[in-house]
Amino acid sequence: MLNEMIGLWIGAFLTLGIMSFLYKDNPWYKICEAIFIGISAGYWFASMWWQNLVAKLIDNLWPALVALGHGEIQYNLVYLVAAVLGVMMLLRLVPGVGWLSRWPIAVIVGATAGLQFINFLVSNGVKQIRNTIVPLFGPISDAGGIPPVQSWEEALGNVVILVGTFTGLVYFFFSKEHKGLFGGTAKVGTWFIMITFGASFGYTVMSRMSLFIGRLDFLVNDWVMVTLDFVGL
Amino acid sequence: MRRTFPILITVVVGWVLIVADFIPHKPFGNLGDDFALYFDIIAVFAFILGGGNLFRIHLTKVQKKKKDWPFSIVTLGGFIVMLAAGLFKIGNPGGIQGDVAAVGSLFNDMYMQIFTPLQASMFALLAFFVGSASYRAFRAKTTEATILLIAAFIVLLGRTPFGLWLTSGLTGDMSFLQLPNLTDWIMDVPNLAGQRAIMIGIALGVISMSLRLILGVERTYLGGDSD
Repeated sequence: MLNEMIGLWIGAFLTLGIMSFLYKDNPWYKICEAIFIGISAGYWFASMWWQNLVAKLIDNLWPALVALGHGEIQYNLVYLVAAVLGVMMLLRLVPGVGWLSRWPIAVIVGATAGLQFINFLVSNGVKQIRNTIVPLFGPISDAGGIPPVQSWEEALGNVVILVGTFTGLVYFFFSKEHKGLFGGTAKVGTWFIMITFGASFGYTVMSRMSLFIGRLDFLVNDWVMVTLDFVGL
Repeated sequence: MRRTFPILITVVVGWVLIVADFIPHKPFGNLGDDFALYFDIIAVFAFILGGGNLFRIHLTKVQKKKKDWPFSIVTLGGFIVMLAAGLFKIGNPGGIQGDVAAVGSLFNDMYMQIFTPLQASMFALLAFFVGSASYRAFRAKTTEATILLIAAFIVLLGRTPFGLWLTSGLTGDMSFLQLPNLTDWIMDVPNLAGQRAIMIGIALGVISMSLRLILGVERTYLGGDSD
């Protein structure tokens, strides 16, 4: 019970410290902010160490070491290359050979470019375009995996989606000045994009409010109530 | 050697991974997974660099007694204690072989009692800044700002019981005007259209940037000429 109380009081101290920023920037908030930076850096560092370095590299390269034994190194080329690239990353700190750290960066950049080229082309490009080119008016039989239009509302929705996607893309075309018919089309595109931003904004406000309510719930129902119960009130 | 070889690595790795998509056989078939592994492992070393940098910056701040240096001691303290708790698995019921986040370990206790309340409070604080931003936006007079706010307002109310209660009188042919139904329509139609335009735009951007990288045109990721 005492351990739980200490945990609750620490949580309450930190929650109120962060919330105190609403009044103004103050030392209490700064202490909480400094703790947050230190703790989160330590958390991610330790998590990455065990979950990526040990579990994915050392465990495959030198399993006996993880088991605190004295077995042999398994010379798997894939993991050896990964280990060498990782160590090269640290050479950034060594004067004279710091340029070697560009090699692992080059691998990452090249691999990201190669993998994302295909991924974005297929999932964000081709599939989105294909899903936009749908029957506008129905009923049309199921052709090419696209279901037939069932109602006038759906038909209207498909028209709006087509117009919104096309005009939105026109807005992103900056090689031509947004004037005349082209400018008007781009203007309609901005309206659709604003609706998207508005929807995202609404969801963001809701999620933040939900977190705030969660913190208030913690302060009132956990911290205050449990403390009152602890002191027998 | 210092700049040409890394460019060559980028070009070769990029093209090999594109070609690998068309050859689903060994060794090409596994290349995507192998490089995903490289990402994870190199990221740890990048984290070591980042952690070292955080340590160096705050230590220098304390040594030179720069502005707000006492808070740097707090940051360093939090970092060292959390790091030690995680790396040495202090108080872990399974010992050094146990799961790093095992219940009962100091690492898990610090995560639950310190990290979680701080993270949730920090994000909850944003509710107020978002509120003040929307107040400023409400005063905006442009058509775009008005559309954004109407969409946000409908989505906000439409996803709460209050929104349903407010428009529950609209029945029959008018039921599509009930806020939850209106929200569903906004999410499924105009929002989807905007999302698609943005996604296709992003795809075009990523494709062009990838091409610049694997053709060796884009070289800014190599940094300056110095070490």
